Amino acid sequence: MQYGLTEEQEMIAATVRSFVENEIYPHEELVERTGEVPREIADEIKRKTIELGFYACNFPESVGCAGLSHLEFALVERELGRGSMALNHFFGRPQNILMACEGEQVERYLMPAVRGERMDALAMTEPGAGSDVRGMKCSARRDSGDWVINGTKHFISGADHADFLIVFVATGEDQTPRGPKKRITCFLVDRGHPGFTIRDGYKSVSHRGYKNMILEFDDCRVPDAQVLGEVDGGFEVMNTWLYATRITVATMSVGRARRVFDYALSYAAEREQFGQKIGKFQGVSFQIADMITEIDAGDLLTLAAADRLDKGLPANREIASAKLYASEMLARVTDAAIQIHGGMGLMDDYPLERFWRDARVERIWDGTSEIQRHIISRDLLRALGA
Amino acid sequence: MKVLVPVKRVIDYNVKVRVKADGSGVDLANVKMSMNPFDEIAVEEAIRLKEAGKAEEVVAVSIGVKQAQETLRTALAMGADRAILVVAADDVHQDIEPLAVAKILKAVIDEEQPGLVLAGKQAIDNDMNATGQMLSALLGWSQATFASKLDIEGDHAVVTREVDGGLQTIKVTMPTIVTVDLRLNEPRYASLPNIMKAKKKPLDEKTAADYGVDVTPRLEVVKTEEPAAREAGIKVGSVDELVEKLKEAGAV
Repeated sequence: MQYGLTEEQEMIAATVRSFVENEIYPHEELVERTGEVPREIADEIKRKTIELGFYACNFPESVGCAGLSHLEFALVERELGRGSMALNHFFGRPQNILMACEGEQVERYLMPAVRGERMDALAMTEPGAGSDVRGMKCSARRDSGDWVINGTKHFISGADHADFLIVFVATGEDQTPRGPKKRITCFLVDRGHPGFTIRDGYKSVSHRGYKNMILEFDDCRVPDAQVLGEVDGGFEVMNTWLYATRITVATMSVGRARRVFDYALSYAAEREQFGQKIGKFQGVSFQIADMITEIDAGDLLTLAAADRLDKGLPANREIASAKLYASEMLARVTDAAIQIHGGMGLMDDYPLERFWRDARVERIWDGTSEIQRHIISRDLLRALGA
Repeated sequence: MKVLVPVKRVIDYNVKVRVKADGSGVDLANVKMSMNPFDEIAVEEAIRLKEAGKAEEVVAVSIGVKQAQETLRTALAMGADRAILVVAADDVHQDIEPLAVAKILKAVIDEEQPGLVLAGKQAIDNDMNATGQMLSALLGWSQATFASKLDIEGDHAVVTREVDGGLQTIKVTMPTIVTVDLRLNEPRYASLPNIMKAKKKPLDEKTAADYGVDVTPRLEVVKTEEPAAREAGIKVGSVDELVEKLKEAGAV
């Protein structure tokens, strides 16, 4: 048994891994080549995930889902991290912020999302507001009892397949001793709603087929019933529900690193140069040793952070450390794997060049490495008055 | 009807097998182990019979080391109702021979009284392909081996067998032993609710001694060797060259 895991937890990980190997891997090349996930493949993955009771497994039993703990969900996502982001998007894990739905929102958004009938996507980032979330310009103003939204969001993953968007916009500004501070409100906006358009974004070097979309709001009028949480309470819902998403990046980085490592290890054991297996050369064997040590470290750091959440312990710093370390570890591991493969590592005969490209975004999205370092150090220094 | 499914814990089919330095067998230390793939097919078929209303209970049995309970949990997570573990060895390298396995299974069957035994046609570790047949002889039950299709019709079963020349369909009297082949079905993944339930399902632990079966090996492994390495292929530039090379190799 793996350290700290129960038999069920190991079985959950093994099942998802086998699902990814059999249902995701075979379609990866097609998605990579075309940049699209064909509808029928997406539907098939979704159908099987629902059948197996894994769809929305991050949601509680009270809404008919599996109610996995943070640790268990991290195991699921670790194994999903081995496979294509574009494809495993359909191994649906709706944003758990939807648990903030109230009244008729429950039947319109929450329940259809966890049943796999409607897909969601989350929109925060703007061209002028990346790490500085409060710098957002997308805003909503009051007009005859409704809200009128104007502005642009970009880098919105999953929006191409979303039936509705969870959008954060500014709804006012407070004067504080540290300067003006925007008030943020979270809205639910349906695809096709007048004044709201979704269009293709940029072509990214990472995760082909997992598109980043641009959202445009042009006098998009929505009633109060579309507010998720409280008016001006966007940061509260964000902090309550989006706290743990960095674990997703960390744990998926670990899963992908393990897949990459397996390629490097078998290549080192098979490839011969100068009359012997290249794994016999210390220059290669030491790289192998460093890779697996770092992967295991990232794995344990991530699972330990998730476990803290389950135990109700403060975890902000630990999650930041896991996200920082695992994403940077993945960069080093993919780079070393290519070095071990030599020139062949760069060719698209092997998936290594893809993993290397995909790895780059993990250090950027869901809070850059620099933001994570800021969170970690602030957590420690602020307590000492610095 | 109760269906009994024997499952074996074997080296995972994805693992690159390594022969132990002394040639006494395959190295199983720190190697990923899984359910024998043919047994997975047998479990799947048993669950399908239950879902079709033709079986009431599916009981999985494993004979070997204590760690085989992981294999049984997998069977329970797939949908088996309960499991019996018969501990017959301490060392993962000790393989329990088919006759001993068949004798223990006979004793379990005497207690459980199943109407059908569904077993893998063979285990992928030693490829003996003997347990089902020996069990049939010990019980005096009918047998249908290499099944690629199974229909239960009252007091008999109609089984399509994959034989060398093609397919053979036979009718056997129940209770019977069916050993399953690759094409019978495609085993399911364990569903998340079933994984969560598996721990709560009963798993009885017994020993070979409980059934009075001596598992001392009767066979001696003289030598284990790696298969000869495959030689690298060549690339040909044209169809003509391909035909020429095939002729040289005596293949056309």
